[in-house]
Amino acid sequence: MKFAIDIVTVVMVSSGVVFFMAGTVGLLRFPDTLTRLHALTKVDNLGLGLIVFGLLPQAQGLLGALKLLSIWVLVQLSGAIVSQLIAQATQRSGRQT
Amino acid sequence: MNSATMFGYCGAMLVGLGLFGLVTNPEILRKILAFNVLGSGVFLLFGVIARRGAAAGLGADPVPQALVITGIVVAFSATAMAVALLVRFNKETGEITMSSDAPSDSGRPEERR
Amino acid sequence: MTYDVLFDLGLAGVLIAIAAGAIFARGSFVSLVLFMVYGLLLAIVWVRLSAVDVALTETAIGGGVTGMLLLGAASRLRATKGSAAKAGFPARLAAGALCILVSIALGIVVYALPEVPPTLAPIAKENLASSGLGNPVAGVLFVYRALDTLLEKVVLLLALVGVWSLAQDQAWGGMPGLRVYAKPNSILVFLAQVLPPVGITVGIYMFWAGANRPGGAFQGGTVLAAMWLLVMMARLREVPAIDTLWVRQLLVVGPAIFLLIGLLGFVFADSFLAYPPDHAKPLIVIAEAALTLSIGVTLALLVAGPPERLRQ
Repeated sequence: MKFAIDIVTVVMVSSGVVFFMAGTVGLLRFPDTLTRLHALTKVDNLGLGLIVFGLLPQAQGLLGALKLLSIWVLVQLSGAIVSQLIAQATQRSGRQT
Repeated sequence: MNSATMFGYCGAMLVGLGLFGLVTNPEILRKILAFNVLGSGVFLLFGVIARRGAAAGLGADPVPQALVITGIVVAFSATAMAVALLVRFNKETGEITMSSDAPSDSGRPEERR
Repeated sequence: MTYDVLFDLGLAGVLIAIAAGAIFARGSFVSLVLFMVYGLLLAIVWVRLSAVDVALTETAIGGGVTGMLLLGAASRLRATKGSAAKAGFPARLAAGALCILVSIALGIVVYALPEVPPTLAPIAKENLASSGLGNPVAGVLFVYRALDTLLEKVVLLLALVGVWSLAQDQAWGGMPGLRVYAKPNSILVFLAQVLPPVGITVGIYMFWAGANRPGGAFQGGTVLAAMWLLVMMARLREVPAIDTLWVRQLLVVGPAIFLLIGLLGFVFADSFLAYPPDHAKPLIVIAEAALTLSIGVTLALLVAGPPERLRQ
């Protein structure tokens, strides 16, 4: 049983890492600010979400699981709002890089 | 060589990097940044010494760790004062750099008088 | 076992690379962003060195508040071009040689550290139980070296007075020039309404849990400062003028209560900052609570900067 849980953890954390890598490659290679922000949302939502779900079986009780989930929610909240603020600032300043 | 010693070498390299940035870059903001890198390298050396002092069931010696926490807070207050000085300096003289040469006699404060 | 060493090696390599990028970068903004990334990576290094309290402090103060301070300064200075030339090549060569020598000297010190390291951990641990605390770092900060913590708090206040003294004469007593973003119904206002309740809870929890788990007054106070700065920047509350009474009272309440408890140590125990044997933990918690409040206000005002205009 513990072995099966560990396998689930490893698979989900690895797929989360794949999304992290995809988002980082997007950050480095996409041409302008708005497309780079779009790549970063994958990291915040899917990447971190898969890692958190992979770590949930290893958490210490209900409280530990709730803490992990609240980390994911807070990162999503701040990521979404900061993306909007950067996009507004980019639009206002007219620069596109 | 275990990981604590390796982080010790890492801290030594960070001290060298920070010192180089502090001495050579004429922009004051970059000097403040390099000073912070230098400080964090020193704190890393403290942390390595704390890690090597692991005993009595603790993962690390708590006394250097407490000193590092104090050091981080004091370094931040020094940075805050330095940044306030930089902003006021910029407001007074319009410069953001400080050259390594001593100012000559026809420097700006004399001109403004 | 080797996976740990590989991970640490990779982490140290990335850390040096990012620090070198921050030092040698061309533009100010790139350098600052790399510096903030450096601060966050350094926090992971602290966790690898079993120093979780230091990791929390480094993330909060080293990575977060310092980055915000430097970004604010960079945005103010963005319009100015530097006039002094970079140091000439011989000067840079000499500086480079000096820095390599310093690094090698420190490396030799690390290499020559004694085989059996001297440590205070056993003494720290065995006297910890009598004070009622469970976190040895909190024990060092508030019991064994409480004088250091008191003086550190006073240093923070002195730095704040120093920052305030840089105001121009006609603006003395006025409002700090923190950059605010005054668009109503903007999304920053939404963040400033949603995040502070969570942030204040996290900050108070970090201070409260610091007695037995990693955490403490400085880490919790920094989170409180960050929430207040967010509220001020979204213009939900105005930046207070520095001669407002409640600001000055909150700044002073932490060190004042700590100093009072220290002086009471003359009466009820042996010496300055000694605690009477049964009442150590309540006194420490009271002192830490007042300190958390003061540290929050002090750090936020340090970031806000010197006063720039008078109250209308």
